[in-house]
Amino acid sequence: MNWFQTLRVALRALLRNKMRSFLTTLGIVIGVSAVIAMVAIGDGAKARVEAQFSAMGSNLLMVLPGTTTAGGAHGGFGSMPTLTWDDLKAIQTEIPTVRYAAPQLRATVQVLSEDQNWTTTVIGTTPDYFDIRSWPIAAGSLFSSVDVDGATKAAVLGQTVVDKLFGPNADPVGQVIRVKNVPFTVVGVLTKKGQSQWGMDFDDCVIIPVSTFRQKVQGGLGNYLGGIIMVSATGPSTVSRTESLVRGLLRDRHRLQPGTDDDFSIRNLAEIAAASQEGTRTLTTLLAAIAAVSLLVGGIGIMNIMLVSVTERTREIGLRMAVGAKPGDIRLQFLVEALALAVAGGLIGVGLGLGAARWMASSFGWQVLYRPDVIFIAVGFSGLVGVGFGFYPAHRASRLDPITALRFE
Amino acid sequence: MEQPPLIRLEEVSKTYRMGDVEVHALRGVTLTVALGEFTAVMGASGSGKSTLMNILGCLDRPTAGRYLLEGQEVSHLGTEALAGIRNRTIGFVFQSFNLLPRTSALENVELPLLYAGVAAAERHARASASLAQVGLADRADHFPNQMSGGQQQRVAIARALVTRPRVILADEPTGNLDSRTSVEVMALFQELGRSGITVVLVTHEPDIAQYASRVVTMRDGRVRSDVRREPRRAEPPPPGEPAAAEEALP
Repeated sequence: MNWFQTLRVALRALLRNKMRSFLTTLGIVIGVSAVIAMVAIGDGAKARVEAQFSAMGSNLLMVLPGTTTAGGAHGGFGSMPTLTWDDLKAIQTEIPTVRYAAPQLRATVQVLSEDQNWTTTVIGTTPDYFDIRSWPIAAGSLFSSVDVDGATKAAVLGQTVVDKLFGPNADPVGQVIRVKNVPFTVVGVLTKKGQSQWGMDFDDCVIIPVSTFRQKVQGGLGNYLGGIIMVSATGPSTVSRTESLVRGLLRDRHRLQPGTDDDFSIRNLAEIAAASQEGTRTLTTLLAAIAAVSLLVGGIGIMNIMLVSVTERTREIGLRMAVGAKPGDIRLQFLVEALALAVAGGLIGVGLGLGAARWMASSFGWQVLYRPDVIFIAVGFSGLVGVGFGFYPAHRASRLDPITALRFE
Repeated sequence: MEQPPLIRLEEVSKTYRMGDVEVHALRGVTLTVALGEFTAVMGASGSGKSTLMNILGCLDRPTAGRYLLEGQEVSHLGTEALAGIRNRTIGFVFQSFNLLPRTSALENVELPLLYAGVAAAERHARASASLAQVGLADRADHFPNQMSGGQQQRVAIARALVTRPRVILADEPTGNLDSRTSVEVMALFQELGRSGITVVLVTHEPDIAQYASRVVTMRDGRVRSDVRREPRRAEPPPPGEPAAAEEALP
């Protein structure tokens, strides 16, 4: 008997007891659909976190200045300027794995248009900043290094600021805004980046050349850089190496003795992202455990029903053997029945799981992500369960003695 | 070269162990059946006739002695080889028909061909021809529960014939049939005998045995008598008989 015929015989036998076959597969259906739905939701959440972190910038390191300690009270990172403009230059030129490095100076100021005002974050930086944060322009153009050198009054606006100052869908390029009473020409508008994971609006900012920032918005630190340095490594694999190179360079430049603490701090966003994904991973492990248990229970259900089926069909087995079925034929037939039950359960489970994920996505507004590999693994695994738990009943059927089987009442 | 006899049993014994007791089901049976012979095996229950049939049908192996089927020693063959012989050489007919439920007559007849690895188209053709041979060409799509006992047994005979076996082993084939359908089935067997198929029939009814050309009587695991005589001719029932006459018994 070939595979196709065996499959046909198996399907007919299963369809003869539709209700029983359906109930038998239910365990697998529930297990697989739960896994498919939860993985889709979990992956959706993970993708969202990843998108948020990549909105911060790719392969990003943030170098923060040191802390003040006054009377035993630590001021927190950034409370004391320890990074200098020369440090920035050194990072840009001396470390080969640094693609870009840019300063980020921030101040919260009121910004005025002709008829509106809005309090927002003004960022002073260099053109590399837009590359570091992979933040393309939506209208107009970015300011250039010429603007930085000449300390021109050019401003690039985030979408939120455009909305607040000029109204939605307005084109502010060429218009004038006033920052601390200094008129700036809007040269470009950035694309929308959305919110950070912790609810900060990335688009609520005005970006101006760092030189202008120091002259007109906030200055007075001289050689010290009154903000942080954003560093972009050449690739995901070089981020940690860049982190240690930057640390070594800065310790050298700040003449820190071995054993003393850093007077600056480096934040590796990849690490923060990994930590926030740790929770998702725990959840996934838990789900896999639940899936394994329900597949196990489903497998036992299949084994149980297959044993009942073998007993019920003892005479049929005897007859098949009498007309020439070899033990292997009988074993294969029952094995294929168990396999068909399990795979059918798996397929129904995939359908239900995808449906449930879609339903949850639309009714709770969650992002879901369908992964074909998970679907294949789920169906493959149910097949494995079918073969695993179907083997014993099938083997028992194949070992029946045709004479006793034919007399079985 | 002379053709070897189809079936040759030499001093065949079969001993079962039932707990501590040894049961001698067969105690040295020697029997030769020639091609085309219609043999009835008779005997009371416990006489060993069922064991003899199981051994003849390659469902069981003798404890001692030799069994030559078409000149080939089969008593020491393995399970797989015996399954192959059952498939090719032997056709079985049982008292309780043993048709697969909820499976059409045609598919029931096809079953042995499935295990012979015959392709679908040829399977259908041969099964249809076999059904026609037993006069049930028009019932190919019927399920067993839609047919009378006599029809079911004829489907079973068609199933036994479909592999074109050398020998048909029938174990009380009329045990569940009324006398009229029994004659019908016996007529069919006689016809098969004339076309060169060997039939070995187990029965405890002398009425049935009289249609065979040879009657072997068993007792206590031995052949007690072996008589050849002119068989009574089974008159096929007249065509166009009312369907009610074919009502199934059980």
